[in-house]
Amino acid sequence: MILLFLIWAVIDRRDAVVIGVVEGSILALGAVGLTLVYGVLKFAHFAHGDSMMLSAYCAFLLLSGVVSGSRPGVDAEVLPITVSDLPGATTEVWKFSFGYGLLVAMALSALVTSGILVVLDRLVYRRLRQRKSGIVIFSIASLGLAIAIRSLVLMVWGPTPRKYTTTVRENIDLPFDITILADQLFILAAAITVTVLAYILLFRTKLGKAMRAMADNPELALISGIRTELVIALTWALAGGLVAVAGVLLALQAQLDPQLGFVLLLPLFAAAILGGVGNPQGAFFGGMIVGIVQAVVVTFDFLSPGYKFSVAFVILILILLIRPRGLFGARL
Amino acid sequence: MSVDSTVVLETRELVTGYGELEILHGVSVSVCSGEMVAVIGPNGAGKSTLLKGIFGLLPVQSGAVLLGGADVTGKPPDRLVQNGLSYVPQVENVFPSLTIQENLEMGAFIRRNGVRERIDEVFRLFPDLAKRKGENTGKLSGGQRQMLALARGLMLDPKILLLDEPSAGLSPKLVSAIFERINVVNKAGTAVLLVEQNAREALSLCRRGYVLAMGRNRLEGEASNLLNNEEVGRLYLGA
Repeated sequence: MILLFLIWAVIDRRDAVVIGVVEGSILALGAVGLTLVYGVLKFAHFAHGDSMMLSAYCAFLLLSGVVSGSRPGVDAEVLPITVSDLPGATTEVWKFSFGYGLLVAMALSALVTSGILVVLDRLVYRRLRQRKSGIVIFSIASLGLAIAIRSLVLMVWGPTPRKYTTTVRENIDLPFDITILADQLFILAAAITVTVLAYILLFRTKLGKAMRAMADNPELALISGIRTELVIALTWALAGGLVAVAGVLLALQAQLDPQLGFVLLLPLFAAAILGGVGNPQGAFFGGMIVGIVQAVVVTFDFLSPGYKFSVAFVILILILLIRPRGLFGARL
Repeated sequence: MSVDSTVVLETRELVTGYGELEILHGVSVSVCSGEMVAVIGPNGAGKSTLLKGIFGLLPVQSGAVLLGGADVTGKPPDRLVQNGLSYVPQVENVFPSLTIQENLEMGAFIRRNGVRERIDEVFRLFPDLAKRKGENTGKLSGGQRQMLALARGLMLDPKILLLDEPSAGLSPKLVSAIFERINVVNKAGTAVLLVEQNAREALSLCRRGYVLAMGRNRLEGEASNLLNNEEVGRLYLGA
C-alpha cells in the first residue's frame, strides 16, 4: 500500500516527492537517534525534537555570536569570536547560500550537543537508572527536559525566527526535470552521509556492536563484561551528533524557531515506530516515508497545508493499528 | 585434568535474594583450580540464585564471594570478568540480533587484542558455529544457541566458568553433546561450577558436588558418593 502510494506519487507529484525526500532525510536522521536511544535505554526520549532545536540554535550562536538583547529587536553579541570570523567562512561555496563556516558550526554544535546529552544523562537519567525507575518515569523526565530546553531557548534567543544566512538561494536543475534548491541538495547529501557513518559505527565498530548488544539484552551485556555506562554515554553522544546535524539541516531547510523541535516530535516518533522501534535502518526508511507522505498529502486540493503535521498522526495511528511492530520489525 | 588444591572460587555463607525475598540463607561452596563441581537440588533450591549472587547480579545481604582469594562481593560484572570469572545464564544467553561472530566479539569486549585468534580457537571447539559465523543468532536451534552461549562464555579464557543448566530444554542427544563440550573445556584447564537439574548426568561428569535444598547446603562430597547416596538417589535422581 505504501509502495503503491510512493510509486504513484513519484509519477504524479514529483516536486512534492523531492521536497518530501529532503524533509524525510532530516526526519530520518532524527528518527535514527531516537530509535537508538530507545534501543539502548528502553524509553521514549521526548526531548529529542527540542534537542534538535537546541543544537540548531547552538550552531546559530557559533556562527553569529548573538543572543537576544535587553530591548526587543536588538541583539547582543556575547561571543568575542565566532566561526564567521574564520577567513572566508561566510563566502558562499558553489551555489549554496552558506560558506564552510556552517559546516564548522554544525560539527562544533554536534560536539556540544553530544556533551549536553551525556551530561543530562548523568544528571537525570542515570539517577533514575540507579533507582530502577520505570520507563514512564524516564519518558516524563525527558518531557520535562524538553519543556525546559524550549523555555531556555525562548529566553535566550526570543520567539523571533532566525536564519543562518540571508543570501538568495539558488536553484539547480537535475536530470529527470527535477529542480531543487542547492541547499536542499546539500541537506540530502549531508543526511545520507551522516546516516552511513552512523551505520558504519553501529555495525563495524566494537562500541557500535556493544550498543546493539545492549539493545538486545542488557543483562547479558553486563554479564559479558561490557561497560554498560560507557555504552550508554556513547549512545547519547551518537544521538547528540545525529540530533545536531538534523537540527542544523532543519533550520537550513526552514528557519530557526523555538517551536521547531516540538512540532517535529510526532513525525519523529511516527518514523521510528514505522521502521520498528529499535531498528536504525527501519527508522531511516520510516523517516523518508513520513517525509514524503507529508509533502505529497499537502498538495491535495482538499487539504489545507496546515494539516501537514496531522499526517504524521494518521500514519502513527495506522501503523499502531495494523503493524504495531513496524514495517521492518522491532530490532536493533 | 590438572586439579590442585588452590581454591579459585569460594562463597562463604552467602545470603542473597530478590529485594525483600531472601532465597539463599547462607550457602558455602568452593571450586578448586581446574575442578568441575556440580550444584544440584530441586526446583527453588536456589541454584540459579547462587550463580547470580556470585556474579553480583543480586544484592548480597551478607556473606562473601572470593575469587582467587580476593573478596569480590558486590563488585561489578566487568571487574569479575576481568579477574577470570565467566557466567552463562540459563536463558536469554545470546544476543539474538547479532551474528554468531559478533556474539563472540561481545564476549571478549574487555579484551584489547588477540580477539580474532581467540575466536578461531573457540570455533575449533565448536566447528558447527564456525560454519555459520555470519548468520544472525535468532535463527539458531536450541542446541546451537546453547553452544554459542557456552562459546561466548569462553571468549576471555576464564579461570572459572559458571554454567546455569546448560542442558535445559535440550533433547537427550544434545544434552550429551553439550556435556561433552563442557568436559573438553574443563580438561583444557578451566574450572567449572555447573548448576544442573539433570543431576545424574552432572554428577557423573564432575569430581565433587553440592546438594542444595531450601536455600541451604544440604549435602556435599565426592560426586561418586553422592551418586550412590540413598537420599540423593531418592530425592533427585528418581531412582
